[in-house]
Amino acid sequence: MPSRTVVVGSASGLHARPAALFVAAAAAQAVKVTIRTGDKRPVPAHSMLSVLSLGAKYGTEVTLEADGEGAQAALDELATLLAQDLDASEPAAAPKPASEPADAASPGHA
Amino acid sequence: MPDSDVVERGRPAAVGTLDGIGVSPGLAAGPAYRVAPPPRLPAPAPVDDPEAETARAVAALAVVVAELTRRAGAARDSTAADVLNAQVMMADDPVLRETVADRIQAGDDAAHAIAAGFAVHREAFEAAGGYLAERVADLDDLRDRAVAACLGEPMPGVPAPGHPFVLLARDLAPADTAGLDTTQVLALVTEAGGPTSHTAILARSLGLPAVVRCAGALTVDDGVLVTVDGASGRVEVGVGPAVVEMTRQREASRRQRLSDPGGPGRTADGHPVALLANIGSPRDLTEGAEGIGLFRTELLYLDRTEEPGLDDQVAAYRAVFEAMGGRKVIVRTLDAGADKPLPFLAADDEPNPALGVRGLRVARRRPDVLGTQLEAIAVAARATSADVWVMAPMVSTPGEAAGFAARCRDAGLPTAGAMVEVPAAALRASSLLRVVDFLSIGTNDLSQYTFAADRQCGDLADLLDPWQPALLSLISACAAAGRATGKPVGVCGEAAADPALALVLTGLGVSSLSMSARAIPAVRAALAAHPLADCQRYARAALAADDATAARAVLPALVT
Repeated sequence: MPSRTVVVGSASGLHARPAALFVAAAAAQAVKVTIRTGDKRPVPAHSMLSVLSLGAKYGTEVTLEADGEGAQAALDELATLLAQDLDASEPAAAPKPASEPADAASPGHA
Repeated sequence: MPDSDVVERGRPAAVGTLDGIGVSPGLAAGPAYRVAPPPRLPAPAPVDDPEAETARAVAALAVVVAELTRRAGAARDSTAADVLNAQVMMADDPVLRETVADRIQAGDDAAHAIAAGFAVHREAFEAAGGYLAERVADLDDLRDRAVAACLGEPMPGVPAPGHPFVLLARDLAPADTAGLDTTQVLALVTEAGGPTSHTAILARSLGLPAVVRCAGALTVDDGVLVTVDGASGRVEVGVGPAVVEMTRQREASRRQRLSDPGGPGRTADGHPVALLANIGSPRDLTEGAEGIGLFRTELLYLDRTEEPGLDDQVAAYRAVFEAMGGRKVIVRTLDAGADKPLPFLAADDEPNPALGVRGLRVARRRPDVLGTQLEAIAVAARATSADVWVMAPMVSTPGEAAGFAARCRDAGLPTAGAMVEVPAAALRASSLLRVVDFLSIGTNDLSQYTFAADRQCGDLADLLDPWQPALLSLISACAAAGRATGKPVGVCGEAAADPALALVLTGLGVSSLSMSARAIPAVRAALAAHPLADCQRYARAALAADDATAARAVLPALVT
């Protein structure tokens, strides 16, 4: 199953505002996406209570999983969102597809 | 049995008076709404139709979502809106709905299924600790709301009827009031709490009328019209629309009076401090003062080679007295000498004029000058309705004060006082008050003589700072003597014009402050913002300070 592992970039962790933005984005996807920390049980990414219950803080590694048509694009979008600091007043512009978190730091990247 | 008993038994507290402790002054009127207690889960009920029961539970969650969405839309700051939006998403959670539906299929009724659905996440929140553990209260609030909606009970928590209202509660915790919409809450009334409770502090900071320890407040039905008097602590229940309107008008005019330059000086809790004006001639008269605290008469004498005649003096005093109507005018008799030499009173060369024959001391040489002045004041006073008091400058001993008071009474002036400008007078304030009717502290000269620092000497300005704790000690001694004898002790001079220092002086027990008229509004506003107990606290702290800078630092936020 396609998956992305990403580090939470919001200063306050995956709480109130960042969690709300993430859950709303997950709910807008055509595919069902799950999220988990470590090797714990995955929970639905479109469930606010479930996402909050992860207790993910700034720097926590989380894994997104999805299956089916459009899963790759959905995972890319959500992973990019999670990596941002969503506590900042405005989140960065719509994420570009197909970027691995490591790519941002590589010198050859445009 | 009287009819009223029947009415009261049938509908308790529908109409009547409730008394509590007023902790934040002001009047308010409007419909009352209670902070409803959380609902109690009834005994589990058997479920005949799981589909219908599920629909009931989902509808209850939808009610909570709608209510919180409305509140989020009305929230004034984005932080509050974010918090409410996050709560909306919790109540609107699809996983929660699934859990609730599963529980109903397993035999739970809607209310118990909702409670169970939230309980799953409650455990997870508690286990996560830290921030999430603190959010358990939010989860409980959502559960209580959904259960209440399910049972058809009022929504728990602070109500939001969508229009201004009087908030009734057992007590209010910071969590209750954090999101309080102060544009909607007219007044706070609690059954518990006290003058220093969170409710009282919050109300005072918001300027909301508030009554605490009001037994029976929660027996008032939602929507019943009430009036609240945050000063007397009285709550009238079941009033009519006319009373509501009248109360609102009274509050509007009360606030008008507070902002009106003519309003009397009051601390936030209503302790009166007369705000008086210092004037030198009728040109300085103002409508903003409650009276004249210092009418300097030497301007009349300046530039004259001869003493002004009785008629000239009568005319000059009368102009001031007439303009003041029935208000108080404290006339200071001629304060010649030192920095105000008068040609017709030219003394022999004095090596130290400030320590020479000045003020009342001039009467040792020229008793006739004081006699003429007192006679003129008395004539002018009899011709007008002003409340005329007379005081002498540079009084040093009770003997001097007694002599002056006797001459005033002989002239037909019943209220005689002494200025306190010499440390000797401050130290013997009690003795002075045995022979005069009031004291007025001239802080400028009292500083000069206490610190042996010439008022004209700029290099010594730090010693002449009115915040010097030694000066405050002398003022404190005078105020204490005033309280002990029940006689007024005022302050005139620069000290009274400093809004922050005015609070300290009030806390020391000074009963009036006299200053230049334009300084009055700021001092009035400072007093109106602080209860007497706070002023007393500032006064104790300023007295305990080692120097003027430290004394000033007692009220950092107020120095404007």
